[in-house]
Amino acid sequence: MKFRVERDVLADAVTWTARSLPTRPPAPVLAGVRIEADPQGVLHLASFDYEVSARSQIPADVSEGGTVLVSGKLLAEISRSLPDKPVDVELDGTKVQVSCGASRFTLLTMPVEEYPTLPAMPETVGVFDGEELAHAVAQVTVAASRDDTLPLLTAVRVEIEGEKVTLLATDRYRLALRELDWRPASPDISTAALVRAKTLSDVAKSLGSTPEVTVALSTGSGVDLVGFESGGRVTTSLLVDGDYPAVRRLFPDETPIHAVVDTQALIDAAKRVALVAERNTAIRLAFSEGQVVLAAGQGDDAQASESIEARLEGEDIMVAFNPHFLLDGLGALDTPFVRFSFTHPNKPVEFTGQKDLEGDDDRSYRYLLVPIRFAA
Amino acid sequence: MSRVRPGVEVRRDWGSDDTGASILHVDMDAFFASVEIARRPHLRGRPVVVGGKERSVVLAATYEARAFGVHSAMPMARALRLCPHAVVIPPDHRTYREVSRQVMAVLAEVTPLVEQISVDEAFLDVAGARRRLGPSSHIAERIRTQVRERHGITCSVGVAANKFVAKLASTFAKPDGLLLVPREATVPFLRTLPVESLWGVGEQTRAALARWGITTVAELADSDVALVQRAVGAAAGAHLHDLAWGRDPRPVRPGRTEKSIGAESTFGRDQRDMDVVEARLRELADECGARLRKQGLVARTVSVKVRTSDFRTLTRSRTLTSPTDVGREMFLVGRELLAAVDLRGLAVRLVGIRGEGLSSAAATPVQPTFDELALGGQAEAPGSVRAAAEQAMDEVRERFGSAAIAAGVIPERRQGPSTTHLASGQLS
Repeated sequence: MKFRVERDVLADAVTWTARSLPTRPPAPVLAGVRIEADPQGVLHLASFDYEVSARSQIPADVSEGGTVLVSGKLLAEISRSLPDKPVDVELDGTKVQVSCGASRFTLLTMPVEEYPTLPAMPETVGVFDGEELAHAVAQVTVAASRDDTLPLLTAVRVEIEGEKVTLLATDRYRLALRELDWRPASPDISTAALVRAKTLSDVAKSLGSTPEVTVALSTGSGVDLVGFESGGRVTTSLLVDGDYPAVRRLFPDETPIHAVVDTQALIDAAKRVALVAERNTAIRLAFSEGQVVLAAGQGDDAQASESIEARLEGEDIMVAFNPHFLLDGLGALDTPFVRFSFTHPNKPVEFTGQKDLEGDDDRSYRYLLVPIRFAA
Repeated sequence: MSRVRPGVEVRRDWGSDDTGASILHVDMDAFFASVEIARRPHLRGRPVVVGGKERSVVLAATYEARAFGVHSAMPMARALRLCPHAVVIPPDHRTYREVSRQVMAVLAEVTPLVEQISVDEAFLDVAGARRRLGPSSHIAERIRTQVRERHGITCSVGVAANKFVAKLASTFAKPDGLLLVPREATVPFLRTLPVESLWGVGEQTRAALARWGITTVAELADSDVALVQRAVGAAAGAHLHDLAWGRDPRPVRPGRTEKSIGAESTFGRDQRDMDVVEARLRELADECGARLRKQGLVARTVSVKVRTSDFRTLTRSRTLTSPTDVGREMFLVGRELLAAVDLRGLAVRLVGIRGEGLSSAAATPVQPTFDELALGGQAEAPGSVRAAAEQAMDEVRERFGSAAIAAGVIPERRQGPSTTHLASGQLS
């Protein structure tokens, strides 16, 4: 095997393909990136850890075809550090020589025949706008659990109904829901899948800069798999198995109290006030006619407060939030104003965004947060 | 600090001017062993070791046993090889806690400025109590007398100008002694010591300093602080240099309760079956939860400790979203932590779990889950249903003893790495 490739092209492709390689792989070969040089002038790169696979292809000047398996992390680091010159790669016995300008590297290879077969891309079910998908995924994954003791909640539930897709995630303390449109392969599609939030977020970040992301799905036929394809890059992942709890019912039916606040002003104030709220303690929001007063700390501890303008409909109300969760919700909104909808100081509070102080909220993104309760 | 052998030089009289020395460090001598001897006087003068069976470690040893080289944290088997005629007594933690509580009450009679460090150690700031009770060294003697008379056990007291020096002084006063280091003698006293006497100097720091030719506190004090920082890092370097000059501004903080509550257990035989290790972890977590509830505390962080057959000890910890006193929640996190430990293919010798970052349950705000809200007003405690179940277990134990009830395991079909199942419609 022997080929020459542009340094930037190689570095970019290897970094992307190796990005999800495990630091402690169950088998040594799984730390590798498989490089297949096609005499037609294409390099195929692949990585796989039995759950997530990644494949990319780049143009190269291939003088001799062949396949090798080398350490993904090492090759990624080397290719990023090389001078900006063409890179020559050649298999020499059991070693791979990488030369670029005056730099020379010799890498050990691993047995290609022990490398597992990558799963095939399932059937295409629809196409997202890359940027919109990336944004929606970021908005929802803030609420997903990072706690592996609850594996189901580390997933995002993706519900597909024709041209509408709904993403849902919760860590039991908050719940995020986002609806977006897409172009389904079949207009009467109706299905749902659980995709690990980390994988989804990673895909959205790495493929989101492209105009279109194609989604493929296979459920109920042996292996449940989701695949994403964009610009010659393909990622597949096993789906999370289990019955996701019926979380939509958690959104309140009626909310007699509403408050609308400038999103950025509230984020800034909350960040300042939260400085005195030690880890996980509360930030209190007292809404009354025309204003909301933020406060944290009490008794002998450091204290802070700040008031900002707010438009309140309904009775005065005070709620307390984990500052981290509050800021996550506000940060996920992309509108100048945030609307809080309340039923009771101890009941979940719904966050939605709106463009103007007066007017309706945008219901396509909703963040529901359980307030902190103080002991009597 | 037992590895620092007091030299003759250190034990000498450093003067009697205690006006600038208002910090006392009170340390029980061989506490668990002393308590046992106090209720079994016929054992006095004999080598006594408190600890479990062969494979556990020494929890306390009398000075008679220490003469044979036995010390706490040593494996029991090794202790018995060194001192085959030692009397081994299984630990009775309930009694030790009770005696500890009474001793702390003695200290509280002196001043409210008592900071309890562990079951058998405390700092006192007697600056204000001196008007009422006389000079610091009189107060120290008074405490030693009262503890001896009321409980039949001895303690050693270090008297100095700050916490760090007082703690060193009590080490050198042991056993059954008192050492006053007057404020003016602080630096000369420290200069007689090897560098590993300082708080925070373990084997690694000692070796790092030795590479720069620093082996004594005197050499450390005389070195440029920049050099010390280059050897051990900026923060640690500045701190050690301060200590070498006797600078320790930390005040005595009263009301500080236990820093952590934990339980650990050594297996009868090194254990390779992770299901067995996990089952033991479940019992320990259950015990931790019960102790937290008994003291009205919740833990913010869960840490797991594993010792492999080669005596390597690994700990892993995770901070929870919401503090807990529920054994099951501690176990679920503990199990994840345990699974992430790289045992290098070795068998497990010991496993333990600990709740850290403790605070009063009554004063800690609760971040409820959606489910706890759905249960309505009854969800007053974290963990809701599970918490209620464990509280019921506490009551059963109260009436029928600790062995009467324990958390059980329903054998589950193994599905991948985790056996947590969520009922549909429920989030936890």
